[in-house]
Amino acid sequence: MGTLSEEILSRKVGRRVQAGEIIVVDLDLVMSHDTTTPLAMEAFYGLTRQESIQTTQTPAGSAARPTGIFDRSRVVIAFDHIVPAATIQAAALQRSIRSFAREQGLGQVYQEGVGHQIILEKGFVVPGDVVVGADSHTCTYGALGAFATGMGSTDIGVAYATGQTWFRVPETIAVRLIGQFAPGVFAKDAILHIVGILGADGASNFAVEFLGETVERMTQSERFTLSNMAIEMGAEVGLIAPDAVTVEYLRARTTRSFELLQPRAPQYAREIVVDVSRLEPQIACPPDVDHVVPLHEVEGLPIDQLFLGTCSNGRIDDLAIAADILRGQQIHPNTRMVVVPASREVYLEALRRGYIEIFTEAGALVEAASCGPCIGRHQGVLSAGERALTTMNRNFTGRMGDPTAEIYLGSPATIAASAITGVITDPRQHFVG
Amino acid sequence: MARVWRLGDNVNTDQIIPGRYNVTTDRAELAKRCLCEHRPDFAGGVAAGDVLVAGRNFGCGSSREHAAVALKASGLAAVVAISFARIFYRNAINIGLPVLIAPEAAALEDGDEIKIDAAAGVIRDLTHARVFQAEPLPEFVQRIVEAGGIIPLVRQQGRLTAPAMAD
Repeated sequence: MGTLSEEILSRKVGRRVQAGEIIVVDLDLVMSHDTTTPLAMEAFYGLTRQESIQTTQTPAGSAARPTGIFDRSRVVIAFDHIVPAATIQAAALQRSIRSFAREQGLGQVYQEGVGHQIILEKGFVVPGDVVVGADSHTCTYGALGAFATGMGSTDIGVAYATGQTWFRVPETIAVRLIGQFAPGVFAKDAILHIVGILGADGASNFAVEFLGETVERMTQSERFTLSNMAIEMGAEVGLIAPDAVTVEYLRARTTRSFELLQPRAPQYAREIVVDVSRLEPQIACPPDVDHVVPLHEVEGLPIDQLFLGTCSNGRIDDLAIAADILRGQQIHPNTRMVVVPASREVYLEALRRGYIEIFTEAGALVEAASCGPCIGRHQGVLSAGERALTTMNRNFTGRMGDPTAEIYLGSPATIAASAITGVITDPRQHFVG
Repeated sequence: MARVWRLGDNVNTDQIIPGRYNVTTDRAELAKRCLCEHRPDFAGGVAAGDVLVAGRNFGCGSSREHAAVALKASGLAAVVAISFARIFYRNAINIGLPVLIAPEAAALEDGDEIKIDAAAGVIRDLTHARVFQAEPLPEFVQRIVEAGGIIPLVRQQGRLTAPAMAD
Protein backbone atom coordinates (compact mmCIF):
# COMPACT_ATOMS: atom_id res chain seq x y z
CA MET A 1 0.00 0.00 0.00
CA GLY A 2 1.31 3.39 -0.82
CA THR A 3 1.46 6.51 -2.94
CA LEU A 4 3.46 6.32 -6.15
CA SER A 5 6.43 7.87 -4.30
CA GLU A 6 6.20 5.23 -1.56
CA GLU A 7 5.87 2.43 -4.13
CA ILE A 8 8.90 3.59 -6.13
CA LEU A 9 11.10 4.23 -3.10
CA SER A 10 10.03 0.98 -1.37
CA ARG A 11 10.99 -1.03 -4.42
CA LYS A 12 14.29 0.79 -4.61
CA VAL A 13 15.34 0.24 -0.97
CA GLY A 14 13.91 -3.28 -0.81
CA ARG A 15 11.50 -2.76 2.07
CA ARG A 16 8.27 -0.89 2.75
CA VAL A 17 8.95 2.80 3.37
CA GLN A 18 6.43 5.41 4.39
CA ALA A 19 6.11 9.17 4.22
CA GLY A 20 8.24 10.85 6.87
CA GLU A 21 11.07 8.31 6.87
CA ILE A 22 14.58 9.35 5.97
CA ILE A 23 16.15 6.89 3.56
CA VAL A 24 19.34 6.47 1.60
CA VAL A 25 18.71 5.39 -1.99
CA ASP A 26 20.75 4.03 -4.90
CA LEU A 27 20.42 6.30 -7.91
CA ASP A 28 19.63 5.26 -11.47
CA LEU A 29 20.83 8.52 -13.02
CA VAL A 30 22.64 11.69 -11.95
CA MET A 31 22.57 14.80 -14.17
CA SER A 32 24.11 18.24 -14.11
CA HIS A 33 24.63 21.04 -16.62
CA ASP A 34 27.08 23.75 -17.57
CA THR A 35 26.07 26.12 -14.77
CA THR A 36 25.83 23.62 -11.92
CA THR A 37 28.58 21.12 -12.80
CA PRO A 38 31.54 23.27 -11.67
CA LEU A 39 30.37 23.39 -8.03
CA ALA A 40 29.47 19.68 -8.22
CA MET A 41 33.04 19.00 -9.40
CA GLU A 42 34.35 20.88 -6.34
CA ALA A 43 32.16 18.76 -4.05
CA PHE A 44 33.20 15.59 -5.86
CA TYR A 45 36.90 16.43 -5.45
CA GLY A 46 36.27 17.43 -1.83
CA LEU A 47 34.94 13.96 -1.22
CA THR A 48 37.27 11.86 -3.32
CA ARG A 49 40.66 13.58 -3.06
CA GLN A 50 42.93 12.43 -0.31
CA GLU A 51 44.38 15.76 0.71
CA SER A 52 41.42 18.11 0.56
CA ILE A 53 39.96 17.92 4.05
CA GLN A 54 41.35 16.87 7.40
CA THR A 55 38.83 14.43 8.82
CA THR A 56 38.34 12.59 12.02
CA GLN A 57 39.16 8.90 12.06
CA THR A 58 37.06 6.68 9.84
CA PRO A 59 34.68 4.70 12.06
CA ALA A 60 35.47 1.02 12.23
CA GLY A 61 33.40 -1.15 9.95
CA SER A 62 32.41 1.59 7.54
CA ALA A 63 33.17 1.31 3.86
CA ALA A 64 36.19 3.00 2.36
CA ARG A 65 35.67 6.50 1.09
CA PRO A 66 34.74 6.69 -2.62
CA THR A 67 37.55 7.67 -4.93
CA GLY A 68 35.88 8.18 -8.32
CA ILE A 69 32.66 8.29 -10.33
CA PHE A 70 30.31 5.56 -9.03
CA ASP A 71 29.11 4.43 -12.46
CA ARG A 72 29.97 6.32 -15.65
CA SER A 73 26.89 4.95 -17.44
CA ARG A 74 24.66 6.66 -14.88
CA VAL A 75 26.01 10.21 -15.18
CA VAL A 76 24.88 12.71 -17.82
CA ILE A 77 26.30 16.20 -18.25
CA ALA A 78 24.40 18.55 -20.52
CA PHE A 79 25.72 21.80 -21.93
CA ASP A 80 22.45 23.65 -22.31
CA HIS A 81 22.32 26.86 -20.27
CA ILE A 82 24.79 29.06 -22.16
CA VAL A 83 25.55 27.26 -25.42
CA PRO A 84 27.32 28.03 -27.53
CA ALA A 85 29.26 29.93 -24.85
CA ALA A 86 28.24 33.57 -24.95
CA THR A 87 31.06 35.00 -22.81
CA ILE A 88 34.69 34.23 -22.05
CA GLN A 89 33.68 33.42 -18.47
CA ALA A 90 31.11 30.85 -19.62
CA ALA A 91 33.58 29.38 -22.10
CA ALA A 92 36.18 28.96 -19.34
CA LEU A 93 33.72 27.16 -17.08
CA GLN A 94 32.67 24.88 -19.93
CA ARG A 95 36.29 24.11 -20.71
CA SER A 96 36.82 23.08 -17.09
CA ILE A 97 33.78 20.77 -17.29
CA ARG A 98 35.03 19.13 -20.49
CA SER A 99 38.39 18.60 -18.86
CA PHE A 100 36.68 17.02 -15.83
CA ALA A 101 34.62 14.76 -18.08
CA ARG A 102 37.73 13.58 -19.95
CA GLU A 103 39.67 13.02 -16.74
CA GLN A 104 36.84 11.00 -15.21
CA GLY A 105 36.05 9.11 -18.42
CA LEU A 106 32.53 10.49 -18.65
CA GLY A 107 31.17 9.82 -22.13
CA GLN A 108 27.57 10.96 -21.77
CA VAL A 109 28.25 14.63 -22.33
CA TYR A 110 25.81 16.38 -24.64
CA GLN A 111 25.42 19.74 -26.29
CA GLU A 112 22.29 19.24 -28.33
CA GLY A 113 19.47 20.86 -26.42
CA VAL A 114 17.97 21.11 -22.95
CA GLY A 115 19.49 18.37 -20.81
CA HIS A 116 16.10 17.23 -19.51
CA GLN A 117 14.71 16.80 -23.01
CA ILE A 118 17.81 14.89 -24.17
CA ILE A 119 17.69 12.58 -21.16
CA LEU A 120 14.04 11.80 -21.89
CA GLU A 121 14.54 11.34 -25.63
CA LYS A 122 17.54 9.07 -25.24
CA GLY A 123 15.64 6.80 -22.88
CA PHE A 124 17.88 7.36 -19.86
CA VAL A 125 14.86 7.28 -17.55
CA VAL A 126 12.24 4.55 -17.18
CA PRO A 127 9.33 4.12 -14.75
CA GLY A 128 10.47 3.32 -11.23
CA ASP A 129 13.84 5.03 -11.57
CA VAL A 130 15.20 7.32 -8.90
CA VAL A 131 17.03 10.29 -10.42
CA VAL A 132 18.66 13.44 -9.10
CA GLY A 133 19.82 16.38 -11.16
CA ALA A 134 21.57 19.64 -10.43
CA ASP A 135 18.66 21.51 -11.95
CA SER A 136 15.30 22.17 -10.37
CA HIS A 137 13.38 20.99 -13.44
CA THR A 138 14.67 17.44 -13.09
CA CYS A 139 11.15 16.83 -11.77
CA THR A 140 10.06 16.67 -15.45
CA TYR A 141 10.95 12.95 -15.52
CA GLY A 142 8.17 12.31 -12.99
CA ALA A 143 5.86 12.16 -15.99
CA LEU A 144 7.41 8.76 -16.77
CA GLY A 145 6.69 7.53 -13.25
CA ALA A 146 10.25 8.13 -12.06
CA PHE A 147 11.05 9.66 -8.68
CA ALA A 148 13.17 12.50 -10.06
CA THR A 149 14.10 15.70 -8.29
CA GLY A 150 16.39 18.69 -8.44
CA MET A 151 19.19 19.25 -5.97
CA GLY A 152 22.14 21.56 -5.50
CA SER A 153 25.61 20.89 -6.78
CA THR A 154 27.04 19.48 -3.54
CA ASP A 155 24.34 16.79 -3.33
CA ILE A 156 25.13 16.00 -6.97
CA GLY A 157 28.86 15.83 -6.26
CA VAL A 158 28.10 13.32 -3.51
CA ALA A 159 25.91 11.40 -5.95
CA TYR A 160 28.67 11.35 -8.62
CA ALA A 161 30.95 9.63 -6.11
CA THR A 162 28.61 7.44 -4.06
CA GLY A 163 25.72 6.74 -6.43
CA GLN A 164 23.43 7.55 -3.55
CA THR A 165 21.45 10.33 -1.99
CA TRP A 166 19.14 10.74 0.98
CA PHE A 167 15.46 11.64 0.94
CA ARG A 168 12.75 12.23 3.45
CA VAL A 169 9.96 10.16 1.87
CA PRO A 170 7.40 12.84 1.00
CA GLU A 171 3.70 12.98 1.71
CA THR A 172 1.63 13.38 -1.45
CA ILE A 173 -0.86 15.90 -2.76
CA ALA A 174 -3.04 14.37 -5.48
CA VAL A 175 -4.07 16.68 -8.31
CA ARG A 176 -6.97 15.10 -10.19
CA LEU A 177 -7.78 16.50 -13.63
CA ILE A 178 -11.20 15.76 -15.06
CA GLY A 179 -13.03 16.86 -18.21
CA GLN A 180 -11.92 17.71 -21.70
CA PHE A 181 -9.99 20.81 -22.73
CA ALA A 182 -11.85 23.32 -24.87
CA PRO A 183 -10.13 23.83 -28.26
CA GLY A 184 -7.24 26.24 -27.77
CA VAL A 185 -6.70 25.32 -24.11
CA PHE A 186 -3.79 23.04 -23.23
CA ALA A 187 -1.79 21.25 -20.56
CA LYS A 188 0.21 24.44 -19.97
CA ASP A 189 -2.98 26.28 -19.07
CA ALA A 190 -3.90 23.47 -16.67
CA ILE A 191 -0.57 23.48 -14.85
CA LEU A 192 -0.49 27.30 -14.61
CA HIS A 193 -3.99 27.14 -13.12
CA ILE A 194 -2.89 24.46 -10.64
CA VAL A 195 0.17 26.45 -9.56
CA GLY A 196 -2.15 29.41 -9.08
CA ILE A 197 -4.43 27.35 -6.84
CA LEU A 198 -1.75 25.68 -4.72
CA GLY A 199 0.69 28.63 -4.61
CA ALA A 200 4.45 28.92 -4.88
CA ASP A 201 5.01 26.90 -1.71
CA GLY A 202 1.68 25.05 -1.66
CA ALA A 203 3.36 21.70 -2.25
CA SER A 204 6.64 22.49 -0.49
CA ASN A 205 8.32 19.23 0.55
CA PHE A 206 5.40 17.24 -0.84
CA ALA A 207 5.20 14.94 -3.81
CA VAL A 208 2.48 15.82 -6.30
CA GLU A 209 0.70 13.06 -8.23
CA PHE A 210 -1.20 14.15 -11.32
CA LEU A 211 -4.02 11.73 -12.04
CA GLY A 212 -7.51 11.43 -13.47
CA GLU A 213 -9.11 10.90 -16.86
CA THR A 214 -7.65 14.06 -18.39
CA VAL A 215 -4.09 13.05 -17.51
CA GLU A 216 -4.74 9.53 -18.81
CA ARG A 217 -5.75 10.99 -22.19
CA MET A 218 -2.69 13.27 -22.41
CA THR A 219 0.25 12.61 -24.68
CA GLN A 220 3.61 12.00 -23.03
CA SER A 221 4.74 15.48 -24.04
CA GLU A 222 1.74 17.11 -22.37
CA ARG A 223 2.48 15.09 -19.25
CA PHE A 224 6.05 16.41 -19.25
CA THR A 225 4.62 19.95 -19.19
CA LEU A 226 2.64 19.10 -16.04
CA SER A 227 5.50 17.43 -14.17
CA ASN A 228 7.99 20.09 -15.28
CA MET A 229 6.20 22.75 -13.24
CA ALA A 230 5.74 20.73 -10.03
CA ILE A 231 8.75 22.60 -8.60
CA GLU A 232 6.90 25.90 -9.13
CA MET A 233 4.67 24.89 -6.22
CA GLY A 234 7.66 23.68 -4.23
CA ALA A 235 6.99 19.99 -4.89
CA GLU A 236 9.85 17.53 -4.60
CA VAL A 237 8.51 15.44 -7.48
CA GLY A 238 5.59 15.64 -9.92
CA LEU A 239 4.59 12.07 -10.63
CA ILE A 240 2.29 10.49 -13.18
CA ALA A 241 1.57 6.77 -13.04
CA PRO A 242 3.04 5.07 -16.11
CA ASP A 243 0.68 3.43 -18.61
CA ALA A 244 0.44 2.46 -22.30
CA VAL A 245 1.32 6.03 -23.33
CA THR A 246 4.55 5.79 -21.32
CA VAL A 247 5.39 2.41 -22.83
CA GLU A 248 4.82 3.73 -26.32
CA TYR A 249 7.03 6.77 -25.66
CA LEU A 250 9.87 4.54 -24.45
CA ARG A 251 9.41 1.74 -26.99
CA ALA A 252 12.06 2.92 -29.46
CA ARG A 253 14.14 4.76 -26.85
CA THR A 254 15.32 2.10 -24.45
CA THR A 255 15.95 -1.60 -24.19
CA ARG A 256 15.77 -1.50 -20.39
CA SER A 257 12.96 -3.48 -18.80
CA PHE A 258 10.75 -1.79 -16.25
CA GLU A 259 7.64 -2.28 -14.15
CA LEU A 260 4.63 -0.02 -14.46
CA LEU A 261 4.50 0.80 -10.75
CA GLN A 262 1.17 2.23 -9.64
CA PRO A 263 -0.07 3.79 -6.41
CA ARG A 264 -1.79 1.13 -4.29
CA ALA A 265 -4.52 2.27 -1.89
CA PRO A 266 -2.60 5.52 -1.45
CA GLN A 267 -3.09 7.82 1.52
CA TYR A 268 -2.96 11.33 0.10
CA ALA A 269 -2.38 14.27 2.42
CA ARG A 270 -4.72 16.28 0.23
CA GLU A 271 -6.53 15.97 -3.08
CA ILE A 272 -7.61 18.78 -5.37
CA VAL A 273 -9.84 18.33 -8.39
CA VAL A 274 -9.64 20.56 -11.46
CA ASP A 275 -12.28 20.38 -14.18
CA VAL A 276 -10.34 21.48 -17.26
CA SER A 277 -13.44 21.69 -19.44
CA ARG A 278 -14.24 25.03 -17.81
CA LEU A 279 -10.72 26.37 -18.15
CA GLU A 280 -9.84 29.30 -20.39
CA PRO A 281 -6.26 30.06 -21.41
CA GLN A 282 -4.21 31.05 -18.36
CA ILE A 283 -1.42 33.58 -17.88
CA ALA A 284 1.10 33.76 -15.04
CA CYS A 285 1.88 37.40 -14.35
CA PRO A 286 5.12 38.77 -12.94
CA PRO A 287 6.85 38.42 -10.60
CA ASP A 288 5.74 34.98 -9.34
CA VAL A 289 4.60 31.83 -11.10
CA ASP A 290 1.56 31.49 -8.81
CA HIS A 291 0.25 34.91 -9.87
CA VAL A 292 -2.07 33.29 -12.41
CA VAL A 293 -5.10 34.89 -14.04
CA PRO A 294 -7.50 33.89 -16.84
CA LEU A 295 -6.14 35.35 -20.06
CA HIS A 296 -8.99 37.85 -20.53
CA GLU A 297 -7.78 39.82 -17.49
CA VAL A 298 -4.56 40.76 -19.28
CA GLU A 299 -5.77 40.57 -22.87
CA GLY A 300 -4.45 43.37 -25.09
CA LEU A 301 -1.29 44.02 -23.08
CA PRO A 302 1.50 44.96 -25.54
CA ILE A 303 4.37 42.46 -25.74
CA ASP A 304 7.94 43.32 -26.81
CA GLN A 305 9.23 39.76 -27.14
CA LEU A 306 7.69 36.31 -27.47
CA PHE A 307 9.63 33.19 -26.68
CA LEU A 308 8.62 29.63 -27.57
CA GLY A 309 10.80 26.88 -26.14
CA THR A 310 12.31 25.41 -22.92
CA CYS A 311 12.01 22.11 -21.05
CA SER A 312 8.45 23.14 -20.30
CA ASN A 313 7.16 23.67 -23.86
CA GLY A 314 9.86 23.32 -26.52
CA ARG A 315 8.83 19.91 -27.85
CA ILE A 316 7.61 19.06 -31.33
CA ASP A 317 3.90 19.17 -30.43
CA ASP A 318 4.41 22.63 -28.89
CA LEU A 319 6.10 23.81 -32.08
CA ALA A 320 3.31 22.18 -34.12
CA ILE A 321 0.61 24.16 -32.29
CA ALA A 322 2.50 27.42 -32.84
CA ALA A 323 3.34 26.62 -36.47
CA ASP A 324 -0.30 25.89 -37.28
CA ILE A 325 -1.23 29.34 -35.99
CA LEU A 326 1.69 31.16 -37.64
CA ARG A 327 1.49 29.44 -41.05
CA GLY A 328 1.29 32.19 -43.68
CA GLN A 329 1.15 34.90 -41.00
CA GLN A 330 3.56 37.69 -40.11
CA ILE A 331 4.75 38.58 -36.64
CA HIS A 332 3.40 42.00 -35.72
CA PRO A 333 5.95 44.77 -36.40
CA ASN A 334 5.66 46.03 -32.81
CA THR A 335 6.99 42.79 -31.39
CA ARG A 336 9.62 40.10 -32.03
CA MET A 337 9.73 36.35 -31.52
CA VAL A 338 12.40 33.84 -30.55
CA VAL A 339 11.88 30.10 -31.11
CA VAL A 340 14.24 27.57 -29.50
CA PRO A 341 13.52 23.88 -30.10
CA ALA A 342 14.19 21.89 -26.91
CA SER A 343 16.56 19.45 -28.59
CA ARG A 344 18.30 18.50 -31.80
CA GLU A 345 15.70 15.76 -32.30
CA VAL A 346 12.92 18.34 -32.00
CA TYR A 347 14.80 20.73 -34.30
CA LEU A 348 15.30 18.08 -36.99
CA GLU A 349 11.67 17.00 -36.85
CA ALA A 350 10.58 20.65 -37.04
CA LEU A 351 12.76 21.02 -40.13
CA ARG A 352 11.23 17.96 -41.77
CA ARG A 353 7.71 19.18 -41.05
CA GLY A 354 8.42 22.68 -42.36
CA TYR A 355 7.89 24.45 -39.02
CA ILE A 356 11.28 26.16 -39.07
CA GLU A 357 10.37 27.59 -42.46
CA ILE A 358 7.00 28.77 -41.14
CA PHE A 359 8.58 30.48 -38.10
CA THR A 360 11.34 32.04 -40.17
CA GLU A 361 8.98 33.27 -42.89
CA ALA A 362 6.76 34.76 -40.19
CA GLY A 363 9.76 36.73 -38.95
CA ALA A 364 10.76 34.75 -35.85
CA LEU A 365 14.39 34.13 -34.97
CA VAL A 366 15.01 30.40 -34.60
CA GLU A 367 17.96 29.61 -32.33
CA ALA A 368 19.91 26.39 -31.87
CA ALA A 369 18.48 23.86 -29.41
CA SER A 370 19.25 24.88 -25.80
CA CYS A 371 17.65 26.61 -22.80
CA GLY A 372 17.72 29.80 -24.88
CA PRO A 373 16.81 33.11 -23.22
CA CYS A 374 15.14 31.41 -20.23
CA ILE A 375 18.10 32.28 -18.00
CA GLY A 376 18.61 35.80 -19.30
CA ARG A 377 22.17 35.49 -20.50
CA HIS A 378 21.85 35.49 -24.27
CA GLN A 379 19.59 34.88 -27.30
CA GLY A 380 16.94 37.41 -26.34
CA VAL A 381 17.83 39.38 -23.19
CA LEU A 382 15.25 42.00 -22.19
CA SER A 383 15.90 45.70 -21.70
CA ALA A 384 14.56 47.86 -18.88
CA GLY A 385 10.82 48.34 -19.21
CA GLU A 386 10.28 45.57 -21.75
CA ARG A 387 7.60 42.90 -21.50
CA ALA A 388 7.90 39.27 -22.63
CA LEU A 389 5.32 36.54 -23.08
CA THR A 390 6.89 33.10 -23.00
CA THR A 391 6.31 29.37 -22.60
CA MET A 392 8.92 29.29 -19.81
CA ASN A 393 8.20 27.91 -16.37
CA ARG A 394 9.46 30.95 -14.43
CA ASN A 395 8.64 34.66 -14.57
CA PHE A 396 10.91 35.82 -11.76
CA THR A 397 12.17 39.39 -11.61
CA GLY A 398 15.30 39.76 -13.73
CA ARG A 399 15.08 36.21 -15.07
CA MET A 400 15.44 37.33 -18.70
CA GLY A 401 17.54 40.42 -18.24
CA ASP A 402 16.82 43.80 -16.72
CA PRO A 403 15.01 43.57 -13.35
CA THR A 404 12.34 46.01 -14.49
CA ALA A 405 11.43 43.82 -17.49
CA GLU A 406 8.22 41.83 -17.05
CA ILE A 407 7.73 38.17 -17.91
CA TYR A 408 4.32 36.62 -18.54
CA LEU A 409 3.84 32.87 -19.03
CA GLY A 410 1.35 31.14 -21.30
CA SER A 411 0.83 28.21 -23.65
CA PRO A 412 2.47 27.82 -27.06
CA ALA A 413 -0.89 28.66 -28.67
CA THR A 414 -1.15 31.88 -26.67
CA ILE A 415 2.41 32.85 -27.59
CA ALA A 416 1.76 32.23 -31.31
CA ALA A 417 -1.58 34.05 -31.36
CA SER A 418 -0.01 37.00 -29.55
CA ALA A 419 2.90 37.11 -31.99
CA ILE A 420 0.49 37.98 -34.80
CA THR A 421 -1.14 40.84 -32.88
CA GLY A 422 1.75 42.07 -30.72
CA VAL A 423 -0.51 42.02 -27.66
CA ILE A 424 -1.67 39.24 -25.31
CA THR A 425 -4.29 37.45 -27.39
CA ASP A 426 -6.72 34.62 -26.74
CA PRO A 427 -5.66 31.77 -29.04
CA ARG A 428 -9.11 30.14 -29.07
CA GLN A 429 -10.08 32.20 -32.15
CA HIS A 430 -7.57 30.04 -34.09
CA PHE A 431 -9.29 26.82 -33.02
CA VAL A 432 -12.83 27.49 -34.19
CA GLY A 433 -14.47 24.83 -36.34
CA MET B 1 25.95 42.07 17.99
CA ALA B 2 24.61 41.63 14.51
CA ARG B 3 22.32 43.46 12.21
CA VAL B 4 19.12 42.05 10.70
CA TRP B 5 18.64 42.20 6.94
CA ARG B 6 14.90 41.69 6.56
CA LEU B 7 13.44 40.28 3.32
CA GLY B 8 9.90 39.19 2.45
CA ASP B 9 8.21 36.01 1.22
CA ASN B 10 9.17 33.86 -1.78
CA VAL B 11 12.66 35.31 -2.28
CA ASN B 12 13.91 33.14 -5.13
CA THR B 13 17.44 32.12 -6.03
CA ASP B 14 17.32 34.30 -9.16
CA GLN B 15 17.00 37.24 -6.77
CA ILE B 16 19.74 35.97 -4.46
CA ILE B 17 22.15 35.58 -7.39
CA PRO B 18 20.82 36.55 -10.83
CA GLY B 19 21.55 34.13 -13.68
CA ARG B 20 23.82 36.68 -15.34
CA TYR B 21 26.20 36.57 -12.39
CA ASN B 22 26.36 32.91 -11.40
CA VAL B 23 28.71 32.04 -14.23
CA THR B 24 31.55 31.64 -11.75
CA THR B 25 32.50 29.68 -8.66
CA ASP B 26 34.55 32.57 -7.27
CA ARG B 27 33.18 33.20 -3.77
CA ALA B 28 34.14 36.88 -3.61
CA GLU B 29 32.60 37.53 -7.01
CA LEU B 30 29.34 35.78 -6.00
CA ALA B 31 29.22 37.72 -2.71
CA LYS B 32 29.65 40.98 -4.61
CA ARG B 33 26.52 40.22 -6.68
CA CYS B 34 24.47 38.71 -3.86
CA LEU B 35 20.94 40.21 -3.82
CA CYS B 36 22.30 42.94 -6.12
CA GLU B 37 18.93 43.83 -7.60
CA HIS B 38 16.52 42.74 -4.88
CA ARG B 39 18.42 44.46 -2.09
CA PRO B 40 21.07 46.68 -3.70
CA ASP B 41 22.46 47.91 -0.34
CA PHE B 42 23.16 44.36 0.91
CA ALA B 43 26.51 43.45 -0.67
CA GLY B 44 28.12 46.74 0.25
CA GLY B 45 26.58 46.98 3.73
CA VAL B 46 26.62 43.46 5.12
CA ALA B 47 29.11 42.79 7.93
CA ALA B 48 30.46 39.45 9.07
CA GLY B 49 28.05 37.93 11.56
CA ASP B 50 24.93 39.71 10.26
CA VAL B 51 21.72 37.71 9.89
CA LEU B 52 19.26 37.58 7.04
CA VAL B 53 15.64 37.19 8.18
CA ALA B 54 13.05 36.26 5.58
CA GLY B 55 9.42 35.23 5.31
CA ARG B 56 8.01 32.11 3.71
CA ASN B 57 9.60 29.88 1.09
CA PHE B 58 13.04 31.47 1.14
CA GLY B 59 15.28 30.31 -1.71
CA CYS B 60 12.58 28.97 -4.02
CA GLY B 61 13.11 28.41 -7.74
CA SER B 62 16.35 27.40 -9.39
CA SER B 63 18.54 24.77 -7.71
CA ARG B 64 21.64 26.97 -8.17
CA GLU B 65 23.82 26.37 -5.14
CA HIS B 66 25.54 29.64 -5.99
CA ALA B 67 22.72 31.29 -3.99
CA ALA B 68 23.68 29.60 -0.72
CA VAL B 69 27.36 30.01 -1.56
CA ALA B 70 26.90 33.75 -2.20
CA LEU B 71 25.06 34.27 1.10
CA LYS B 72 27.70 32.33 3.01
CA ALA B 73 30.50 34.23 1.29
CA SER B 74 28.78 37.48 2.33
CA GLY B 75 29.69 36.59 5.90
CA LEU B 76 26.18 35.96 7.20
CA ALA B 77 26.05 34.07 10.50
CA ALA B 78 22.72 32.54 9.54
CA VAL B 79 19.57 32.82 7.48
CA VAL B 80 16.38 32.76 9.55
CA ALA B 81 13.01 32.28 7.85
CA ILE B 82 9.42 31.23 8.41
CA SER B 83 10.08 28.45 5.91
CA PHE B 84 12.65 27.47 3.31
CA ALA B 85 12.34 25.98 -0.16
CA ARG B 86 13.60 22.40 -0.05
CA ILE B 87 16.54 22.60 -2.46
CA PHE B 88 17.95 25.80 -0.96
CA TYR B 89 17.62 24.34 2.54
CA ARG B 90 19.60 21.25 1.57
CA ASN B 91 22.23 23.36 -0.19
CA ALA B 92 22.73 25.58 2.85
CA ILE B 93 23.00 22.63 5.24
CA ASN B 94 25.37 20.86 2.84
CA ILE B 95 27.83 23.76 2.69
CA GLY B 96 27.60 24.73 6.36
CA LEU B 97 25.49 27.90 6.09
CA PRO B 98 23.27 27.89 9.20
CA VAL B 99 19.56 28.02 8.31
CA LEU B 100 17.02 28.40 11.10
CA ILE B 101 13.27 27.92 10.84
CA ALA B 102 11.77 30.37 13.32
CA PRO B 103 8.31 31.66 12.33
CA GLU B 104 8.06 34.06 15.30
CA ALA B 105 11.34 35.68 14.33
CA ALA B 106 9.49 37.15 11.35
CA ALA B 107 8.61 39.91 13.83
CA LEU B 108 12.18 41.14 13.45
CA GLU B 109 12.59 44.28 11.39
CA ASP B 110 15.26 45.48 9.08
CA GLY B 111 18.15 46.99 11.01
CA ASP B 112 17.25 45.38 14.35
CA GLU B 113 20.22 44.48 16.50
CA ILE B 114 20.33 40.83 17.48
CA LYS B 115 22.61 38.24 18.96
CA ILE B 116 22.39 34.77 17.50
CA ASP B 117 23.55 31.36 18.66
CA ALA B 118 22.97 29.40 15.47
CA ALA B 119 23.94 26.04 16.96
CA ALA B 120 21.42 26.45 19.79
CA GLY B 121 18.85 28.11 17.53
CA VAL B 122 18.52 31.07 19.89
CA ILE B 123 17.94 34.55 18.45
CA ARG B 124 18.08 37.44 20.94
CA ASP B 125 16.39 40.61 19.72
CA LEU B 126 18.36 43.34 21.48
CA THR B 127 16.32 46.13 19.91
CA HIS B 128 13.01 44.93 21.38
CA ALA B 129 14.35 42.78 24.23
CA ARG B 130 12.84 39.45 23.27
CA VAL B 131 14.08 35.98 22.44
CA PHE B 132 13.12 33.63 19.62
CA GLN B 133 13.80 29.91 19.56
CA ALA B 134 14.24 28.20 16.19
CA GLU B 135 12.72 24.79 15.51
CA PRO B 136 15.11 21.96 16.34
CA LEU B 137 16.75 20.36 13.33
CA PRO B 138 15.74 16.82 12.39
CA GLU B 139 18.32 14.40 13.78
CA PHE B 140 19.63 13.44 10.35
CA VAL B 141 20.12 17.09 9.37
CA GLN B 142 21.75 17.78 12.74
CA ARG B 143 24.41 15.17 11.92
CA ILE B 144 25.26 16.99 8.68
CA VAL B 145 25.46 20.33 10.51
CA GLU B 146 27.66 18.91 13.27
CA ALA B 147 30.04 17.44 10.69
CA GLY B 148 30.34 20.87 9.06
CA GLY B 149 28.49 19.85 5.89
CA ILE B 150 27.69 16.80 3.81
CA ILE B 151 31.19 16.40 2.35
CA PRO B 152 32.97 16.11 5.73
CA LEU B 153 30.19 13.79 6.94
CA VAL B 154 30.51 11.40 4.00
CA ARG B 155 34.31 11.53 4.27
CA GLN B 156 34.03 10.53 7.92
CA GLN B 157 31.54 7.76 7.28
CA GLY B 158 32.76 6.59 3.90
CA ARG B 159 29.19 6.67 2.64
CA LEU B 160 25.72 8.04 3.34
CA THR B 161 23.90 6.27 6.14
CA ALA B 162 20.21 6.47 6.93
CA PRO B 163 19.24 7.07 10.58
CA ALA B 164 18.05 3.50 11.19
CA MET B 165 21.33 2.15 9.88
CA ALA B 166 23.50 4.73 11.63
CA ASP B 167 26.33 3.53 13.81
